[in-house]
Amino acid sequence: MSSKSQEIEAVLGQKYRHGFVTDIESDSLPPGLDESVVAAISRRKQEPQFLLDWRLKAFRHWRTMREPAWASVRYKPIDYQDISYYSAPRAPTDAPKSLDEVDPKLLATYEKLGIPLHERARLAGVAVDAVFDSVSVATTFKDKLAKAGVIFCSFSEAVRNHPELIERHLGTVVPIQDNFFAALNSAVFSDGSFVYVPPGVRCPMELSTYFRINAAKTGQFERTLIIAAEGASVSYLEGCTAPMRDENQLHAAVVELIALDDAQIKYSTVQNWYPGDENGVGGIYNFVTKRGECRGRNAKISWTQVETGSAITWKYPSCVLKGENSVGEFYSVAVANNFQQADTGTKMIHIGRNTKSTIVAKGISAGHATNTYRGLVKILPGADGARNFTQCDSLLMGSRCAAHTFPYMEVRNPGATVEHEASTSKIGEDQLFYCLQRGVSAEDAVNMIVSGFCKAVFKELPMEFAVEAQNLLSVSLEGAVG
Amino acid sequence: MPGKNVLTISKLRASVAGKSILKGVDLQIGAGEVHAIMGPNGSGKSTLAQVLAGREDYEVEGGGVTFDGQDLLAMRPEERARAGFFLGFQYPVEIPGVNNAYLLKAALNAKRKRAGMPEVDAYEFLALIKAKMKFMQMNEAFLSRGVNEGFSGGEKKRNEILQMLVLEPRLAVLDETDSGLDIDALKVVAKGVNSLRGPDRSIVLITHYQRLLDYIEPDHVHVFSDGRILKSGDKSLARELESRGYDWIQEGRVA
Ligand SMILES: Nc1ncnc2c1ncn2[C@@H]1O[C@H](COP(=O)(O)OP(=O)(O)OP(=O)(O)O)[C@@H](O)[C@H]1O
Ligand SMILES: [Mg+2]
Repeated sequence: MSSKSQEIEAVLGQKYRHGFVTDIESDSLPPGLDESVVAAISRRKQEPQFLLDWRLKAFRHWRTMREPAWASVRYKPIDYQDISYYSAPRAPTDAPKSLDEVDPKLLATYEKLGIPLHERARLAGVAVDAVFDSVSVATTFKDKLAKAGVIFCSFSEAVRNHPELIERHLGTVVPIQDNFFAALNSAVFSDGSFVYVPPGVRCPMELSTYFRINAAKTGQFERTLIIAAEGASVSYLEGCTAPMRDENQLHAAVVELIALDDAQIKYSTVQNWYPGDENGVGGIYNFVTKRGECRGRNAKISWTQVETGSAITWKYPSCVLKGENSVGEFYSVAVANNFQQADTGTKMIHIGRNTKSTIVAKGISAGHATNTYRGLVKILPGADGARNFTQCDSLLMGSRCAAHTFPYMEVRNPGATVEHEASTSKIGEDQLFYCLQRGVSAEDAVNMIVSGFCKAVFKELPMEFAVEAQNLLSVSLEGAVG
Repeated sequence: MPGKNVLTISKLRASVAGKSILKGVDLQIGAGEVHAIMGPNGSGKSTLAQVLAGREDYEVEGGGVTFDGQDLLAMRPEERARAGFFLGFQYPVEIPGVNNAYLLKAALNAKRKRAGMPEVDAYEFLALIKAKMKFMQMNEAFLSRGVNEGFSGGEKKRNEILQMLVLEPRLAVLDETDSGLDIDALKVVAKGVNSLRGPDRSIVLITHYQRLLDYIEPDHVHVFSDGRILKSGDKSLARELESRGYDWIQEGRVA
């Protein structure tokens, strides 16, 4: 029995593959946070007054807030004065106009990650808005998107070129006072992505951004805003990986999605940040606020995530279902190995009539890791005919890991239907042995079993992303996945 | 006359959870032979099968096993499988979400790789498995289902034989593959096993019932009791057991 567990752990014990540091000089602010730092960030980015005011308002509010302590994660207190809040790759001109102008070292970094930017973009027809540290350095396929009327650019660019869209929508889904980390992000956010799909337009390609945390001790505060106007649809892919280092790195992103009447937004994430070593040293702290609002009738927002990285993950992509007949979906695979702590889940807030939501959450724990699912399904009195289906499954590998499930339900409309299913299983030694007896290696067997467990989520990912997700899962759980 | 031994078990002793189960098993299986092992519940038949397959829960405490001249007990379970040792499980496990055909293809390729053969391509594999399924009278829907996921007891056993036919093992140990089968299914399973018979392959049938042996005629029959083989004979021994039970042998031993 125990020797089998050891075997599983040996298989799982593969080291983080994406651990390396690119030494591009960073133009960073010294550590520390006060109003002058907030103003300095805004000034460097040449932001309009409304945004500076908004940042300062957020900062003032943040100072009155306390860090949440309710998640099932433990970590050393973060010293917010010991973090540098701005870092930009140094470049001769402001932004490169083509890939040729991009720092070759940066491109080499992408190569190492297995993401040859230009090739990938050309072959897969994916527009890549590559975020390296905090500033966008390469954006492709803009023309094709522009023809369709789609705006896809870095957040800073959107602030410069479409300030009215930013001013109208920023903070309308995640208000500055929403939570501690969202307030902090609102004060100091560095950059991120902006998408606007005009009425009736189906975005002609999947939009993809690779995030990468690179400068030492630099907190990352990405801000993403995606707007799908009436009848528009868009699929957005977010993927990331980080270099190996000893310092814990704070990451507090905010993502806001807005779907108007008949609009659809599909947001897929593969997250593979450095989780810390086998002893739990280092790794990323990932405190993210992701929320989508189905503002119009028949709108649909779908979150799909594969979370394999970070030392600590605190993340609840949510849907506010305001519009009649609107639909929210959440499909998640969260893997926690070694000393990783994951506290993830979703919130589905049903406000409009006949709103529907589906939650499929798969948690995999190995080593000493803890994996917590925390979900809230809230059905307000006006949400006649609302329906929710929730399924939470946990898979335990070995005997020292843990899984917790906290499904909260708040149903204030008697006509609503809420269904919940949950299961916890140990990776069967019987299952493993069965595969071995057929000649399959332990590594392949574990991956097969895990992949089978995750199937319901993987099938929600866009094709090529599904392959990538399985690859990332394999890095955490090693080998090829069926 | 049978050729050289495929499997030689000598004085094999094994325990599980500190409890001694196998108490000195001696058995020789020649190429092309079919052996039947019968014996009362709890006597250690499945334990023997699992020890041969390399299940780590079982502690080998003495004795040895050679398989085609190699030290079987020194090999990892997957190496044993790739070398041609197949175990048809008494209770085949369900693996949800893992495609039945996918597992089998991975298994076949692992075996081919060891033999220095190229991987089977998807078309070739599909043609092969479809032919074998037809032979086993299995619906092709089973291809795309999860491994044994939601299969009935009889379907699981049929699936075991299907896997055996695709992997073409050198030695197959079938642990109560006949239990829980209706009479038609029993005939199909027997047909599958018989189709594999040949001068290079050996089969061990662990069973409680003469009925199976009506369809698959064994060369040798062994009676297993309290962790060892008490008596061996030809197929007539199975008939005698059917009519007289095990007591006479066990008593005979005491006497
Ligand atoms: N993991 C285990 N822990 C404790 N005891 C075990 C374990 N596995 C097997 N045993 C015991 O070993 C003995 C032999 O079991 P085994 O399954 O080999 O018998 P069998 O001959 O196959 O019986 P049956 O005809 O009922 O299938 C039984 O007493 C059983 O309870
Ligand atoms: Mg048995």
